[in-house]
Amino acid sequence: MPADFNWAIGGEAGDGIDSTGKIFAQALSRAGRHVFTSKDFASRIRGGYTAYKVRTAIDPVQSVVDRLDVLIALTQRTIDENLDELHEGSVIIYDGDRSTMADVEIPEGMVGLDIPLKALAEEAGGAIMRNVVALGAACAVADFPIENLDSALQKRFGGKGEAIVENNKKAARAGLEYVHDEYDHEFDYDLETTDEDYVLINGDQAIGMGAIAAGCRFYAGYPITPATDVMEYLTGRIERYGGHVVQAEDELAAINLALGAARAGARSMTATSGPGIDLMTETFGLVATSETPLVIVDVMRSGPSTGMPTKQEQGDLNMMLYGGHGEIPRFVVAPTSIDECFWKTVEAFNFAEKYQVPVYVAADLAMAVTEQTFSPEAFDMDEVEIDRGKVVDDDSIDEWLDEEGRFQPHALTDDGVSPRAFPGTEQGAHMSTGLEHDELGRRTEDRSMRVEQVDKRDRKVETAKETEDFSPREFGDADSDTLILSWGSNEGALVEALDFLEADGIDVRFLSVPYMFPRPDLTEEIEAADEVIVVECNATGQFANVVEHDTLTRVKRINKYDGVRFKADELADEIKATLDAEEVSA
Amino acid sequence: MSSNVRFTDFKSDKQPTWCPGCGDFGTMNGIMKALANSGTDPDNTFMVAGIGCSGKIGTYMHSYAIHGVHGRSLPVAAGVKLANPDLTVVAAGGDGDGYSIGAGHFIHAVRRNVDMAYTVMDNRIYGLTKGQASPTSREDFETSTTPEGPKQPPVNPLALSLAAGGTFIAQSFATDHKRHAEIVQEAIEHDGFGFVNVFSPCVTFNDVDTYDYFRDNLVDLADTDHDPTDYDAAKEKILDSSKEYEGVIYKDESSVSYEEKFGVDQNMSDIPSGAPDDAMDLVREFY
Repeated sequence: MPADFNWAIGGEAGDGIDSTGKIFAQALSRAGRHVFTSKDFASRIRGGYTAYKVRTAIDPVQSVVDRLDVLIALTQRTIDENLDELHEGSVIIYDGDRSTMADVEIPEGMVGLDIPLKALAEEAGGAIMRNVVALGAACAVADFPIENLDSALQKRFGGKGEAIVENNKKAARAGLEYVHDEYDHEFDYDLETTDEDYVLINGDQAIGMGAIAAGCRFYAGYPITPATDVMEYLTGRIERYGGHVVQAEDELAAINLALGAARAGARSMTATSGPGIDLMTETFGLVATSETPLVIVDVMRSGPSTGMPTKQEQGDLNMMLYGGHGEIPRFVVAPTSIDECFWKTVEAFNFAEKYQVPVYVAADLAMAVTEQTFSPEAFDMDEVEIDRGKVVDDDSIDEWLDEEGRFQPHALTDDGVSPRAFPGTEQGAHMSTGLEHDELGRRTEDRSMRVEQVDKRDRKVETAKETEDFSPREFGDADSDTLILSWGSNEGALVEALDFLEADGIDVRFLSVPYMFPRPDLTEEIEAADEVIVVECNATGQFANVVEHDTLTRVKRINKYDGVRFKADELADEIKATLDAEEVSA
Repeated sequence: MSSNVRFTDFKSDKQPTWCPGCGDFGTMNGIMKALANSGTDPDNTFMVAGIGCSGKIGTYMHSYAIHGVHGRSLPVAAGVKLANPDLTVVAAGGDGDGYSIGAGHFIHAVRRNVDMAYTVMDNRIYGLTKGQASPTSREDFETSTTPEGPKQPPVNPLALSLAAGGTFIAQSFATDHKRHAEIVQEAIEHDGFGFVNVFSPCVTFNDVDTYDYFRDNLVDLADTDHDPTDYDAAKEKILDSSKEYEGVIYKDESSVSYEEKFGVDQNMSDIPSGAPDDAMDLVREFY
């Protein structure tokens, strides 16, 4: 368990919470510390409660915990919302002059630092910098070298001119010095620095970067929380590589634009969240039956309907596995961490083109909007391999022409994969259609051809199962009788929960499953275990149901659907409670 | 591209299942002629169609093509063109596909102004589902689902296009072969979104908007002093519900296509076998 420090800033939307938190996270990262961030945010531009939390340690951190050491509170509600996480000795930085904090109540045992943030900011050049004053104060409390904050301020404001940067540095120092001058309290924190270079990246950005690395050149999307960052990342970057981003009029158009680009031979992607997947499902079957390679990212959020748009949930698994009328072969890959968002996106493009299928990348809000530090080598671009599958050119097309010289884009093959000719390829002109079709891609209702084409499409999945490695990621004690299964962003919290459990003398085996379809056969692992617990962020246990179906074994479940991600310590307690309950009933 | 392409090269060996006498035969033949005359060939042409009688057009033609879902041909066509601007892209649909289920995409495709042609086979009826009112059906047009008529004014697609910033707005008549092919060719060659509403009569279910009706009422703008580059004159023609016009009604000669505005000029199917050479720079941005 890392010796960690937990910090947060909270206030109303519009208070600059997000950008201030990001600056502090960046400062820690630049100081060679590992960082894991999380956000409490509301679906509104102004008002409400919003917070940005940072967990930092020298060792890697990949989860949030139920503890807060230093809190910058711009509103009383910020304190109220975090009472459970604050503890004896927690420091609360606030501005008593601010109307929202005039009647502040600092809980007993905690340290309140009343700092005239606005007044000090005005002295430094403008009230807008009051949050930066608070960051300077936080540096004093945490004994964190302020030069690292300078570096982050330079990165954030460098584009706005040196004067702005200097004013911000001045504001930060004003906060630092105020604490040093006005409070002689001995704070317990000492945030050491290292010489390591880390990058600080969120899951949406990792997906976007993975797409560019994988040769994606076309993206169409419609803004939606929490997937918008993917489009924002690609915009302005994909163009450097000859690509383009289209902001479509809706998700119906987005997936059809992406489909068109894929038919033209581009590696093509769209990203959305559940409500967008609802609309895209209309075209999903066409993508599959026309055997068009397409990557569709679903950054899941709480549903159904508009649900809780800024809250965590893994509720779309059933939709990704089964959505759409008729029977649709598809792949569903589910990154389990932020760096895996990059690698799974790369893999999704290869699956899409090798098997000419739609591939869902099932991400979730908790990883999409969370920043985490990694060594740059975690994204080693030399490791990226691009496999375009069975693409024919002007010469190799010959073997795929029928006796009348017509190209057969749905040729019946042993592995189920047919040749693919990009438009412009000589003799390659062919029809693609959502209708059932023959090998030429032309409509048919011939009974045997119908069966042959369905079987051919399904055969691609069988081929992939034989060819690809769909293994889960293994953690913990491989010999333990207790097996934990999970998917998506829960991995980080579970990996840290293993440490908590180990400290209590409990060893468990944890398999983090990144492939939802085709997926690994876990029968052996489940039969070897006495207890199987499936952990996921939904109410009905969608993955647990799949596991039970696959292995004909009942499993225990830990489900969370209150809109908040699992925390490592909380999860450890839940696992213990589940195991204890089992012992009692036995 | 071959210089001796004939329009029959764009014909597939699949026999159309359209009703004998359907306007769609003439519409399709005109599109094939326009394609041949514009200098492209089947291997460098992409046809996109939606659902309905019109949606079958790609099957009867020979080119790269996709027959997609109902109403979404325009975004597909834009995606094709942006991914490979060297292709000649034509979307085809019907009045239901384009002005009902696909109406939202229509105005945005017009705004976007991607360099492609869009031909709508407007028969003012749902034919494939055997005769229900379409968005261009007359207000009093009696059908199985509208026994007293739709009681709603028909959509004016030309006006929609103009309001959305259309840069090429035309109308043609399926059996006026020469004019129809000329107009579609001009739409293909227009630098932007070339929109042609094609009167394509349904001989089975529409006994009002018939060949005779159009023959009697159509005014060919080529026979008038209409100047298609005159916006106000175009607006007047488009809003004149007393006549049916044939010809290029509006053309913005300063039209700049979406691709040109955004510098989209590469065939996106060409990619390296690994990440781009400087891809580690993308990682370093996150320091």
